[in-house]
Amino acid sequence: MGILNVDNVSLKLSGKQILNNVSMDIWKGHVHAIVGPNGAGKSTLASVIMGLPGYRNHEGKITFEQKELNSLSLDERARLGMTYGWQEPARFEGLSIHDFIAAAAKDKSKQSINAHLDQVGLDPEKYAMRAVDKTLSGGERKKVELASILAMDPDLILLDEPDSGIDVATLEKMFDVIKILKEKGTTIILITHSLAVLKQADHAFLMCHGQVIEKNTADKIIPYFENNCMPCPHKNMPDIEEASS
Amino acid sequence: MSVPTDLTSELTKTAKIEDILTNPDVAHLIIHHHKVTSSHLLPGLEVQTKEAEDHIDIIVRLKENTILEKPVHMCFGMLPKDGVQKLNMDIVIGKNASIDILAHCTFPNGVSIDHIMDAKIVIEEGAKYSYFERHIHGDLGGVNVYPTAHIDLKKKSHFYSEFELLKGRAGLIDINYSVDCDDDSILEMLARINAKGDDVVKINEIGNLNGERSRGVLNSRVACRDNAKAEVKSVITASGSYARGHVDCTEIVQDNASVNAVPIVTVNNPKAHITHEAALGSVDSKQLQTLMAHGLTEEEATDLIIQGLLS
Repeated sequence: MGILNVDNVSLKLSGKQILNNVSMDIWKGHVHAIVGPNGAGKSTLASVIMGLPGYRNHEGKITFEQKELNSLSLDERARLGMTYGWQEPARFEGLSIHDFIAAAAKDKSKQSINAHLDQVGLDPEKYAMRAVDKTLSGGERKKVELASILAMDPDLILLDEPDSGIDVATLEKMFDVIKILKEKGTTIILITHSLAVLKQADHAFLMCHGQVIEKNTADKIIPYFENNCMPCPHKNMPDIEEASS
Repeated sequence: MSVPTDLTSELTKTAKIEDILTNPDVAHLIIHHHKVTSSHLLPGLEVQTKEAEDHIDIIVRLKENTILEKPVHMCFGMLPKDGVQKLNMDIVIGKNASIDILAHCTFPNGVSIDHIMDAKIVIEEGAKYSYFERHIHGDLGGVNVYPTAHIDLKKKSHFYSEFELLKGRAGLIDINYSVDCDDDSILEMLARINAKGDDVVKINEIGNLNGERSRGVLNSRVACRDNAKAEVKSVITASGSYARGHVDCTEIVQDNASVNAVPIVTVNNPKAHITHEAALGSVDSKQLQTLMAHGLTEEEATDLIIQGLLS
């Protein structure tokens, strides 16, 4: 039994089948990747797992630490120890980075919050009192989100397209943080279509057309993804049998 | 009316500015009802007051080239639960002078209070006048606030005003400001109000960008909950060549509250330019979900978003 179990989850949105009998076990303390082309259903699955509004009317069962999540709202799931990092995190006019992080931090002391900013490469002197608003670059905003996640110290983190909109240096910093979290025993799920991100994972689930078409260690998935999915001209319609063989 | 004997102490304690009374480097003026209870001036700053039964006249003059490094604290208020405070203000900021005023309007026990301010302000060429007005009200919602001001901005002068009511009930806030801007002058006005219960907020701000290269920004941030109502009318007219104006209204509506925002922008000169943006409605869903994914309840997340917006 993993920390998170997704059991035959299906979801239709506006009459269209987005997820089709998706099952997966997520192992505690490991880094997992849910990988696949655009439109494969990866982010939808993450939204379903996290219980975002509009994504709770699904079939199948999701359990976290053996507790069924289906009836729980987004914040109730978060308080169980799960969190979600958006591909493009929201901006907040007037809300300081310090207050944003402190709002959900286990240790709300200035010292602790500054330490988390340091961990993600943001100088607390320069950033703690800046607003989480449009004046931050995409990379800075993602680092703030990571600092906030570090301060929350959750058991499981879903990171949606963590490499989206950031430069190489920021991506390297993000990978460092993923290593820190893994060393602490945090379970991480990376939602991605990037080979660089996939390489950070221990295990991977290859999704296409709303289905999981392969589950394996990341090093076994990487060659298939690299050779078949990345050049695939029909990104959402691969040959499922070929992938499974 | 029962009034505590040490009015200055009570007012400044409520406004959390007791330390200014003993600081010789900081000018202050404390007025309870229509009576000056304490004042301290600095060179270049002249204040004359005339107390009457039903109002107080306040004449403020800042001499040319006087730069006051530290903010001047003005505390206007009433400690009883009812009454009327009417302030008639006549302010002239001399050429190239600069002053920051922190006004603490303090009505902690108000049940039926009218706070009326009628101000005429002239900011001479090259001068800078900043007026931050913080309201401290109780939770009873019985304070009616009527600030009316006409500001005359001369060449290259700068006027900044901020109206803040974040704690306690707004009651009725009825702001009427109009500003005439000469060449190269700068106008900035911001209102930040947290309204709840059956509070009513009316903001009527007018900026006339008459001068060449004059610039003006009218900002409002109002959060309305429960049955509160807000009407925000922001008017900018650009007549001067190269005048630039902007209106920005962001108002949050919760529960049974309602907000009506009317930006009116007029350009009378093809070389002038005005923009406006308005966002009215509930809290942004992505902001809400981001904070809820961090474990905050919807109510906690909403409070934090509003706190940020009004900060």
